Amino acid sequence: MATKQGFFTRLLDGKHAVIGIPYLWFILLAAVPILIILKISLSEMQGTSVSNMIDWSNGWPKLTLNFSSYQFIFSDSLYLKTYLSSIKYALLTTLICLVIGYPFAYFMARSPKHMQPTLLMLIMLPFWTSFLLRIYAWKTLLENNGIINNVLMSLGVIDAPLQMMNTPFSLMIGMVYSYLPFMILPLYANLSKLDMRYLEAAADLGTSPFKAFWLITVPLSKAGIIAGSMLVFIPTIGEYVIPELLGGSSTLMIGRVLWNEFFSNNDWPMASAVAVVMILLILVPMAIYNKSQAEAEMK
Amino acid sequence: MSQATNNKIFSNLWMIAVYLFLYLPIFTLVVYSFNDSKLISTWTHASLRWYEALIKDDDLISAVLLSLKIAGISALMSVFFGTFTAFALNRYKRFKGRTLLSSMSSMPLVMPDVIVGLSLLLMIISVQHWLGFPEKGLFTILLGHALLGTAYAAVVVTSRLREMDSKLDEAAMDLGCKPWQVFYLVTLPLLLPALISAFLLTFTLSFDDVVLSSFLSGPGYSTMPMVIFSRARLGLNPTINAVATVTIVVVTFAVIASSFYTSHQARKRKREEAQAYSDSNK
Repeated sequence: MATKQGFFTRLLDGKHAVIGIPYLWFILLAAVPILIILKISLSEMQGTSVSNMIDWSNGWPKLTLNFSSYQFIFSDSLYLKTYLSSIKYALLTTLICLVIGYPFAYFMARSPKHMQPTLLMLIMLPFWTSFLLRIYAWKTLLENNGIINNVLMSLGVIDAPLQMMNTPFSLMIGMVYSYLPFMILPLYANLSKLDMRYLEAAADLGTSPFKAFWLITVPLSKAGIIAGSMLVFIPTIGEYVIPELLGGSSTLMIGRVLWNEFFSNNDWPMASAVAVVMILLILVPMAIYNKSQAEAEMK
Repeated sequence: MSQATNNKIFSNLWMIAVYLFLYLPIFTLVVYSFNDSKLISTWTHASLRWYEALIKDDDLISAVLLSLKIAGISALMSVFFGTFTAFALNRYKRFKGRTLLSSMSSMPLVMPDVIVGLSLLLMIISVQHWLGFPEKGLFTILLGHALLGTAYAAVVVTSRLREMDSKLDEAAMDLGCKPWQVFYLVTLPLLLPALISAFLLTFTLSFDDVVLSSFLSGPGYSTMPMVIFSRARLGLNPTINAVATVTIVVVTFAVIASSFYTSHQARKRKREEAQAYSDSNK
């Protein structure tokens, strides 16, 4: 069938519209903006606006790349320290979520079949309540004159209030609290499909339940562990709201640095450079996540 | 006690502890919204004074109305573009640039909000430089929320499309339906539950967002989360507890109603399928 189609009939035909509309949408709102921050990160502030990268004053284009923002990031120890501490807090959050979430998902997958939809809904329900309000609630709990301290003091457990707010502890509480469901859901999806006959076979062959867990259950749930860990690790690296409300100034997080560069210092190239380095940091875990998803789809 | 009962007790305790951890903050928000004290953490006695304060709080009320408007429109936009994205990625397995589209559509899901907000804002400022519009305000917030929402809506619609039987489409085509008729008469009704849950999800995301709005909003456009965030930064404020309780009540009812609706639909579909089979076997 070699019918000759005009450009407009082809444009209006279903397939091209179905593909073209989302393509245009994402190119405009996802791809172009990333290219623009890449461009702005390579310029510098001139007064209140950003310098032009391409200069036409001599009649031909002259490209000026300005690496000063990147030089600053890599020479100033505060930026490096902030990146490292963001990675540290993100790793710690991932680890704690895994330690709490794995047994939870395992027990949930082993609970009676008729209970499981309800248990699952109870995990998802907090999602529907504003994330911001839940973080605010932790603030009311953890403050020096907050609810936890008041309860502990009235019970006589402590004499003076514990300093919990604006410490790494309050930051970790907020992050683990917010991202724990992202760890539990993929792990549960994976563990609930686990073939119990492997474990029965292992038990018949005399393997202890503990050994069977490490040798069979854990390796078989690798895909769930990877998916859950990446879903926690990637967003926590750039988190802004939780460190701002619960972390205080002593906990360094790169999302807050970006925000302050933009809103307080009005330094667009610096904010863009911070963002570009953050994207590079996320690319590796993102690639791991995509690979594990593609493998899971193949099965 | 036997080993098995011990294990059972341990696993139950673990699960209860996690649920307590997840619900403790929500529970305190609600309880302390009825506290009469100005000091949020000391319980004096029950009262509705923060609800009275909320009704008189014009800034907060207008912010809530703005947020509802933005959430409604951006959720519609998200479902529209998200459905197109899901169709493009699932119904056409091979086309040039499919990988690019799938990675662009998952980008807003994984990128930190601060990066999505910053990059969109700088793009909008460049366009403004060029064409003189758009002004920062309602429209730019809508764009940001719809971008994020499209990515989520695409995931929801995709999971439904995967489990839908493409034989039904083919059968309709064989019976002489035109492609657009297939879409309206067969695909769309089957897809409707997914579209509704995508709408609810993207509505909630938009209603909850503070980072994108802060980047993209202009003077005079403060959404509810922006107002709450700026107050929470300054300190504790019992009016926030009252707002929280109202939204929690509304959301819980909506979630329960929608889960009843979807399970009702599923049962109805099963019944009709069974009916159809028994009719065809007569």
